[in-house]
Amino acid sequence: MTVNQVSHSIRLQPLVARRARLVQGGAVVALVLLQACTAVPNKDPRDPLESWNRGVFGFNDAVDRAVVKPVATAYHDVLPNWMRTGVNNFFNNLDDVWSLVNNALQLRGQDTADSFGRVVVNTTMGLGGLLDVASEMSMERHPANFGLTLGRWGVGPGPFVVLPFLGSSTLRDTLALPVEYKGNLVNSVNDVPTRDALTLVNLVDTRAAYLKAGEVVEGAALDKYSFTRDAYLQRRRNQVYDGNPPDEDSTSEEAPPLPAAPASAPQQ
Amino acid sequence: MMKRTFLRRILAASVLSLTALVVPVVHAEEEAPDAMIKRLSSDVLETIKNDKAIRAGDMAKVVALVDSRIMPNVNFQRMTAAAVGPAWRQATPEQQKRLQEEFKTLLVRTYAGALAQVSDQLITMKPLRAAPEDKEVLVRSEIKGSGESIQLDYRLEKTPGQGSGWRIYNLNVLGVWLVETYRSQFASEINTKGLDGLITTLTERNKANSSNGTKKA
Repeated sequence: MTVNQVSHSIRLQPLVARRARLVQGGAVVALVLLQACTAVPNKDPRDPLESWNRGVFGFNDAVDRAVVKPVATAYHDVLPNWMRTGVNNFFNNLDDVWSLVNNALQLRGQDTADSFGRVVVNTTMGLGGLLDVASEMSMERHPANFGLTLGRWGVGPGPFVVLPFLGSSTLRDTLALPVEYKGNLVNSVNDVPTRDALTLVNLVDTRAAYLKAGEVVEGAALDKYSFTRDAYLQRRRNQVYDGNPPDEDSTSEEAPPLPAAPASAPQQ
Repeated sequence: MMKRTFLRRILAASVLSLTALVVPVVHAEEEAPDAMIKRLSSDVLETIKNDKAIRAGDMAKVVALVDSRIMPNVNFQRMTAAAVGPAWRQATPEQQKRLQEEFKTLLVRTYAGALAQVSDQLITMKPLRAAPEDKEVLVRSEIKGSGESIQLDYRLEKTPGQGSGWRIYNLNVLGVWLVETYRSQFASEINTKGLDGLITTLTERNKANSSNGTKKA
């Protein structure tokens, strides 16, 4: 497992979110949720919807165990490495286009230039994105989406939300979803069967990339829900501030009481 | 004859003067926190690269590496205390010891697998923004492989006493701080089951992880 994969565990949920399509399973979800709506002690102020969220989280986890993970495992075991890398590169290249747009909207010059260079190089020399030539040339990826663009311009994350099938999100990132949908080039394919196939492969490819990371979370977390939530919220905040968020050290011995004090972070 | 003695004397003199120059400098000048992180991470990466057993996930060897190289540079008590929160002060010394042991095992076991993939990653340090009198600093670094670089930051505290250096008390990967990620999980265990409950949960998780590991191997 690479450090990369470990770190990916943190991003698993939002990525699946971006790439998955909403399925009409509302009724099933509602049933599961009704059962799960119990009072939650020790509330985290960033997570007022915790009991609802835990219900959806459990539902997503069940779907993952029953369908998504087995399919992704089979995909990983059957296809040779070079083929999976090609598929992964192809979708990353499409993502880079959306990152380019959002890095530009965030006025991040270097990141925009890098994203632009990557798309040009990988689409041409990289045979339509199948080869990641740009990385060999040390052009870094700078993933960005519209939720982050909103954050960059001062929109706070709002409460933590777990979406059915799509996973961890915040109110801001959820409101950004229709725009993300438009920005996903797969969705601009006109032929419906092709589009569905691409979406499906994209989902499986994404999940397969996080198989080992998922195992790390299984081993490391005492409570998968709050582990995922706390990691997701920190990760998004870090991305909004481009890796350098305002100091919020709560490790000091005089740390405020639990849970993670929001008072020092009005705009995460 | 004369010549040789002369040469020997010059040699001896220069060795002496060199020692005189170098030794006090090493003692007087404290290693900067970012230099310490750079040295520590290159050292550990190098060890892993040259040790097949570690890369194959040999737990005994991983633990030995962690204990001998990493732990002396970590204030793990502070790390555990911060993750446990206010309840730490009510814990008996025995409970504190057990919490540290189990937390350490949990972290080492779950992240040992990541060591297996160390290959040609390069560590670059970002400029340190700290005043000379600072007792706590943030050291920022990046691991560059291919594609996206991975952010890796550390919080360090100055150990009291001349020349005793810096110790890590928190770290983050991609902006996710280790201590913060465990804090609310620990808090909810403590709230429902108490400190001993948390210790039991950690112990059981470690047992489950280690039997999973054996099964896979």
